[in-house]
Amino acid sequence: MNTTHKLMLAAIASLGLLSACGERPPVQTVQTGYRGTGMEQNYNPRLMKVVAERNQIGGIQPPADSSGPLAKDIYQNVQVLNDLSVGEFTRVMLSMTEWVTPAEQKNCTYCHNAENYSDGSKYQYQVARSMLRMTREINSQWTSHVKQTGVTCHTCHRGGPVPQYKWFTDPGSGRENAFVGTRAGQNSAITGLGMTTIGHSSLPYDPYTPFLLGDANIRVEGTKALPPGNRSSVKQAEWTYSLMVHMSESLGVNCTYCHNTRAWSSWEQSRPQRSTAWYGIRMVRNLNNGYLLPLTQVFPQHRKGPTGDVAKINCATCHQGVYKPYFGQSMAKDYPELQGAKKPPAAPADAAPAATPTAKKVIASADTSVRGRL
Amino acid sequence: MAEYQNIFTRVQVTAPHYPGVPHEPRGVWVRGVKASANYWLGKIGDAQIGPFYLGSTGFASILCFIIAFEIVGLNMLASVNWNPLQFVRQLFWLALEPPAPQYGLRLPPLHDGGWWLMAGFFLTMSVLLWWVRTYNLARKLKMGTHTAWAFASAIWLFLVLGFIRPVLMGSWSEAVPFGIFAHLDWTAAFSLRYGNLLYNPFHALSIVFLYGSVLLFAMHAGTIMAVSRFGGEREVEQSLDRGTASERAALFWRWTMGFNATMESIHRWAWWFAVLCTLTGGIGILLTGTVVDNWYLWAVKHGVAPSYPATFEVLPDPATLTGAAK
Repeated sequence: MNTTHKLMLAAIASLGLLSACGERPPVQTVQTGYRGTGMEQNYNPRLMKVVAERNQIGGIQPPADSSGPLAKDIYQNVQVLNDLSVGEFTRVMLSMTEWVTPAEQKNCTYCHNAENYSDGSKYQYQVARSMLRMTREINSQWTSHVKQTGVTCHTCHRGGPVPQYKWFTDPGSGRENAFVGTRAGQNSAITGLGMTTIGHSSLPYDPYTPFLLGDANIRVEGTKALPPGNRSSVKQAEWTYSLMVHMSESLGVNCTYCHNTRAWSSWEQSRPQRSTAWYGIRMVRNLNNGYLLPLTQVFPQHRKGPTGDVAKINCATCHQGVYKPYFGQSMAKDYPELQGAKKPPAAPADAAPAATPTAKKVIASADTSVRGRL
Repeated sequence: MAEYQNIFTRVQVTAPHYPGVPHEPRGVWVRGVKASANYWLGKIGDAQIGPFYLGSTGFASILCFIIAFEIVGLNMLASVNWNPLQFVRQLFWLALEPPAPQYGLRLPPLHDGGWWLMAGFFLTMSVLLWWVRTYNLARKLKMGTHTAWAFASAIWLFLVLGFIRPVLMGSWSEAVPFGIFAHLDWTAAFSLRYGNLLYNPFHALSIVFLYGSVLLFAMHAGTIMAVSRFGGEREVEQSLDRGTASERAALFWRWTMGFNATMESIHRWAWWFAVLCTLTGGIGILLTGTVVDNWYLWAVKHGVAPSYPATFEVLPDPATLTGAAK
């Protein structure tokens, strides 16, 4: 082999590396639809290993005796877990300490007043009460999305007080009304929050506010071959596209996990997962409006976003890069206390009810930019 | 021994500058007379640079382009708060966005699409003036105007994307943003909105001519270089007086695929493939949204898109289920 041949081989080898676009092989492909339709999932076992290590279920306390006196009769100010026995109640409290409190303060006083445990003055106490209600609602009212797998505090919190994946409404670049250089909520590598954009794209970088807080229309494709009838704009499609890339990233899946990409809107050609995702969007939207927004006044300033809004959830909050949280392993089945089945939970709030003035304004402005000609 | 090659030559040919054929001067702008030689250009082609013939349309075109380029560039720079480092770092992401849909075809405020409209106007003027220039220069040299009409085909696609289709749709927002990633995102969103552009037959034709152009270019270039040892690179002479280079090249293709183009016709093949690429592409874009709203459903309607057996459980659209829209 002479030098020329060696050079050529080196060139071919480096081309092969470049074509992998920064992700070192192997990439394994799993077929999920009829042959020839390109419905498949790509996995890199090396990267999957990292994701798998990050997504282990948390500690599960030994089961508690459900007989005996109810916690509400023994303790004061028990409002949510008032159907649990003292043993069950204590089990939940211990679990929450492990799942939610910060590493430097793994004890009850992160939420409770050590002098008086029934004192609800700490904001953490009030937030935790609301989150318990939320968990019970998810497990009992949103089986369309969480099925029988369910969620616990750990699904989002993973051992810390603030879930890693959350979102705030983007404050914008500060140039919304400037003479030149407006971004229209897109066309930037860095969001107004200083984070990288969804999928490193130049797509709109805050699809959460219109779609996961507001109920802007997600569907942009027409249902008829010929016009008229569909007034969606190309710009609107960019917002939908951005939301979909967020879902793809959050779940660590390709578009074809749900869609047949030749006809995105066709339910006849979509996998059942798309239906689950549809309910997921509604679930997130409802929980953001029903549970997170009402906590706006409860959270201290340092927990809020730049526009003074409360941290909210999206697909990544639970999924954390996996198609099913913990790869489908259920923690909630070991926690009948969190199922909320013993008593009907508080009625779920309607879409956009108790929005603070700031949030309302944000939704309104996001709606205008998304809906456009609608 | 040093040998002269058409490209990557080790020999620098130096000669008195060639001023070009005489032509009738017209207008205030006349062609220049100065020319120079560049050693490195001589490595890959003719070392002579110039003389230039800018002309009034050339001057106006460059002026319009600079204005458009500045509007886009300064808007991008402003969007990162005039930070030159961020401008370089985020250059591929930055863009000048067309007006929001609610403005329709009205004049939007400057910051909300007005700059885009202005940049689009000057860029269009620049391109059209450059077209006039290619036409005029060809005429002055008593050439045919093939280059101008091929350029016009590209301008057709450009105008459809940025002007004709948005006007027909009644909204500037349908047009393409000025930006590297932004225009790619727009392309994807355009296909998503209009039900998969791959089912648009004119899009398909355009791709055929695009890839076809590449193939023809490779075949032709390969053929000519392969017979340059017989004088094959003197294509014009070979067209008029077929020599052994032409004979061998023709025989090669007849042996290979039973048919050969001629020294002259291969250039017509190439010209039409290139022209049809943007011509059909422009038609495909023009029909999208104006005549066809969902290309996939259009393809189903006309028996183009096949159906495949379901290999998974098919669930109904949840939005159509009662009590589901919670």
